[in-house]
Amino acid sequence: MQFMLLFSRQGKLRLQKWYVPLSDKERKKISRDLVQTILARKPKMCSFLEWRDLKIVYKRYASLYFCCAVEDQDNELITLEIIHRYVELLDKYFGSVCELDIIFNFEKAYFILDEFLLGGEAQETSKKNVLKAIEQADLLQEVRIFLYHQVAEPIREIDCQLDSSWSRAATK
Amino acid sequence: MPAVSKGDGMRGLAVFISDIRNCKSKEAEIKRINKELANIRSKFKGDKALDGYSKKKYVCKLLFIFLLGHDIDFGHMEAVNLLSSNKYTEKQIGYLFISVLVNSNSELIRLINNAIKNDLSSRNPTFMCLALHCIANVGSREMAEAFASEIPRILVAGDTMDSVKQSAALCLLRLYKTSPDLVLMGEWTSRVVHLLNDQHMGVVTAAISLITCLSQKNPDEFKTCVSLAVSRLSRIVSSASTDLQDYTYYFVPAPWLSCKLLRLLQCYPPPEDGAVKGRLVECLETILNKAQEPPKSKKVQHSNAKNAILFEAISLIIHYDSEPNLLVRACNQLGQFLQHRETNLRYLALESMCTLASSEFSHEAVKTHIETVINALKTERDVSVRQRAADLLYAMCDRSNAKQIVAEMLSYLETADYSIREEMVLKVAILAEKYAVDYSWYVDTILNLIRIAGDYVSEEVWYRVIQIVINRDDVQGYAAKTVFEALQAPACHENMVKVGGYILGEFGNLIAGDPRSSPLVQFNLLHSKFHLCSVPTRALLLSAYIKFINLFPETKATIQEVLRCDSQIRNSDVELQQRAVEYLKLSSIASTDVLATVLEEMPPFPERESSILAKLKKKKGPGAVSVTELEDSKREGGELNGGGDRGQDTATMAASNASTPSPSADLLGIRSTAPLGAAPASAGSLLVDVFSEAGPTAPSAAVNDDGFLRFVCKNNGVLFENQLLQIGIKSEYRQNLGRMYLFYGNKTSVQFASFTTTVSCPGELQSQLNVQTKPVEPLVEGGAQIQQVLNIECLTDFSDAPLLNIKFRYGGALQNLTLKLPVTINKFFQPTEMTSHDFFQRWKQLSQPQQEAQKIFKANNSMDTEVLKAKLLGLGTALLDNVDPNPENYVCAGVIQTKSQQVGCLLRLEPNAQAQVQHTDSPERVSHNYSSIPNFLHYLSPYSVNI
Repeated sequence: MQFMLLFSRQGKLRLQKWYVPLSDKERKKISRDLVQTILARKPKMCSFLEWRDLKIVYKRYASLYFCCAVEDQDNELITLEIIHRYVELLDKYFGSVCELDIIFNFEKAYFILDEFLLGGEAQETSKKNVLKAIEQADLLQEVRIFLYHQVAEPIREIDCQLDSSWSRAATK
Repeated sequence: MPAVSKGDGMRGLAVFISDIRNCKSKEAEIKRINKELANIRSKFKGDKALDGYSKKKYVCKLLFIFLLGHDIDFGHMEAVNLLSSNKYTEKQIGYLFISVLVNSNSELIRLINNAIKNDLSSRNPTFMCLALHCIANVGSREMAEAFASEIPRILVAGDTMDSVKQSAALCLLRLYKTSPDLVLMGEWTSRVVHLLNDQHMGVVTAAISLITCLSQKNPDEFKTCVSLAVSRLSRIVSSASTDLQDYTYYFVPAPWLSCKLLRLLQCYPPPEDGAVKGRLVECLETILNKAQEPPKSKKVQHSNAKNAILFEAISLIIHYDSEPNLLVRACNQLGQFLQHRETNLRYLALESMCTLASSEFSHEAVKTHIETVINALKTERDVSVRQRAADLLYAMCDRSNAKQIVAEMLSYLETADYSIREEMVLKVAILAEKYAVDYSWYVDTILNLIRIAGDYVSEEVWYRVIQIVINRDDVQGYAAKTVFEALQAPACHENMVKVGGYILGEFGNLIAGDPRSSPLVQFNLLHSKFHLCSVPTRALLLSAYIKFINLFPETKATIQEVLRCDSQIRNSDVELQQRAVEYLKLSSIASTDVLATVLEEMPPFPERESSILAKLKKKKGPGAVSVTELEDSKREGGELNGGGDRGQDTATMAASNASTPSPSADLLGIRSTAPLGAAPASAGSLLVDVFSEAGPTAPSAAVNDDGFLRFVCKNNGVLFENQLLQIGIKSEYRQNLGRMYLFYGNKTSVQFASFTTTVSCPGELQSQLNVQTKPVEPLVEGGAQIQQVLNIECLTDFSDAPLLNIKFRYGGALQNLTLKLPVTINKFFQPTEMTSHDFFQRWKQLSQPQQEAQKIFKANNSMDTEVLKAKLLGLGTALLDNVDPNPENYVCAGVIQTKSQQVGCLLRLEPNAQAQVQHTDSPERVSHNYSSIPNFLHYLSPYSVNI
């Protein structure tokens, strides 16, 4: 995998992970182009597209788009499930993840990703093991993170019904 | 639930993020950020030492600001300080900052590396993982230098925790990708391979990515992984869905690992060991069987994971291309997917079938799905799926279905997405030419193409139709009639006017008998378009007009009048004005005979590679693979995949052209002339001095081959020179054909009499090489030069060289001289570009003794890189950069084109500078049982002596 981007329906980048060396300028250009391309696509279109010499695999979960760029010989479907597994991990970790969790706890989103994918390759695909690693780290923390979906502040809880594959059943 | 609970984390950070989110405008956001930056800066600069928590908080804020897209130019030092904190979260934030905002500040890198070193040796697995993640995220050269030797040790050490092993494996992979020269597995190789046997599935999952990458570069060293991978795969495939516990994903056992295993196997040819192969085939069959079973879950994740494995298995089956049964089953399975309700599956099935279409075993099976694919082209709502369908139609096209496919593609073109029109046009043009049985169909197709998508018809396309019409007299009348009709349309594309102008100018006479298309009608029709056209088209039309004057004298007055008017003869465009003036003058003063000679019909164009193909090759895209494929079969004159005797390698080698256009793809298809740099011929002691040796009765019959070797890597130069005679050579080769110009120069002031030259192919060369020439003039005046042309056709591989015998009388003495003509097998090389992966994969496949040759020889002079490169290019192969992991080595690839077959050749030259320029020329790999390759190397070695 060459990079992974998370962005909102409004086109705001929520997470970016680059597994190939690129200058800041190139990264910005790529993100801008891709966000535009993907937001322009209609809901029922296929999750894969050719873009430059890469294959883009993307999927929308409620208000967030998850987008991975893989190389020609890489497997699209398994990449799609990498996205899903990452969503499951976030979901399990945050209880029931929403976009705001990722905004306010962005560093956690990065840490979880690092436990799951490293250098663009799956490092550990067992959900239990990834979460165990993160939880161990959390036990070392002196303070706890703040979970947004559990407080009464004005938060737009994302509509999980939007996408049936935003599955929580499997995460129990 | 996770081990997190409500708390007041980094309260300040949360407040800041909230503030940013509440900003109503970009300006407000920037203002808020600047305020925060000023605050952080003052905190960092303040006298009061910050505690770890504050430092962490501010560094985290900086990170957030950076991720919002703003520049951050400070805080790096504070982040580095965090790395040495004992508190995990502080360390973690420090590493995250470094990973995201790596700065090549050397001072900082040293500090970062120190912190990493400490953590790596801390024996605390969480710290070690953090450090490894950081290296993997940054992956810089400096880090590779510092840690590339340390990490393999961590990876294979017996007491390393599993999670650390996983990180170490992928960390090493990242370093290997950035700095392959620094990551040397050496002694660790076998232990790394054996990680495939590790009990921990996560370790295997991580390690296999590393092993796959290393195998691509060093297939030989890692080949033991094949049997391990097969047995691992077999265990997973046959396991029940619950066996693998948490590695089962939606009832699919270990999908990621399965895909990676199948991917690793694609780095190698089918296993040689019968038992291993049998087990693998069993696995593949099981995977295909499972695809037919009812799903264990309705969730899309279940079917995606299952099908991910299936597609990867199909890729492996296609890669092997040796199991007809599996190929056909794969094709049937994909056929089912073509009508699946999931768009994703339809897309992937179309994509995967494209590669199946190029296998001789499954081409026919793919063809049975033509209706479905055409339907997809018409009805798919997603343009990327339609594009795949168009690619597949192109790939499955052969003589039997060309008309249908071309018609469908043409009609699709009318509504096609703008972004893909040009490529579609090229593809239609290529198919139309390739499968044209009657050329009237071809002409119709191209004119339709211009009518439908004129803007996307590049010059190459309309040049090509003209070339073909000119070369084939059976289609000229039809072409003239058709363009005449096409031009009747009130609005026609400028490209149509160009083609029309050219064709009517050449062949308008063929339809002039019909009063409806009489010369004047033709002229008026063309001229009615004139004013709407651009300058180049007008220039072309003016030329058509003067051709009309020659073809139809009755139009002369009308046309002269047109030329004479101010808008032509005083046109502000120099080119147009010049043409008008010159044509007017030409038509007024030249006699009909002169006019007829000057304006004679265009001679046939030399047959050459279609420039359209070259153009499509330059365009990237999945279809491009099949382009070269088509081109290959075209050379054989057979149908797609019809050529049974074509080496599989040649095909795949050519296919790898697709990603990078080969240098031979230039428009003219002429090889670049060999680089200079070889020593010029010196008429020195090396050469046989015919004059001094040859008495009147003692002709020197010995074959002189000193000049010969210098031409192995070049095509032009002086072959022979003595005091009487100089023989120069100019030659060019294309595919299996060559043309050689010999220049005989009389260096004396006296005439050579009875000058005769004979070219002969001794022994079996007669059946291998076809050389044709015409006799030369028997008299060569003093100081004069005469020329002789040889047409050479390579029928099959050969090792001897043709002989050139020259006899003449100089001052009464008979001179007799025999030279070897420098026609060597490498002249028929077509360079082939390929990636490192492809190269070594093929290299690996060619392992039989008769497929390789190796030679070690000494170079006389120091090895200059540029000179060596020039020599290797001159050999005719493509010199591949960044292929061999050792940058000292040279790696080349090419396809030798003979009439009977094409043979892919791979070459590695390993200079050994230490051992006093001892060259090891490692195996010359050929894809056929190709006995004369050692001979070819024999040429190589003396030439290297010349280096």
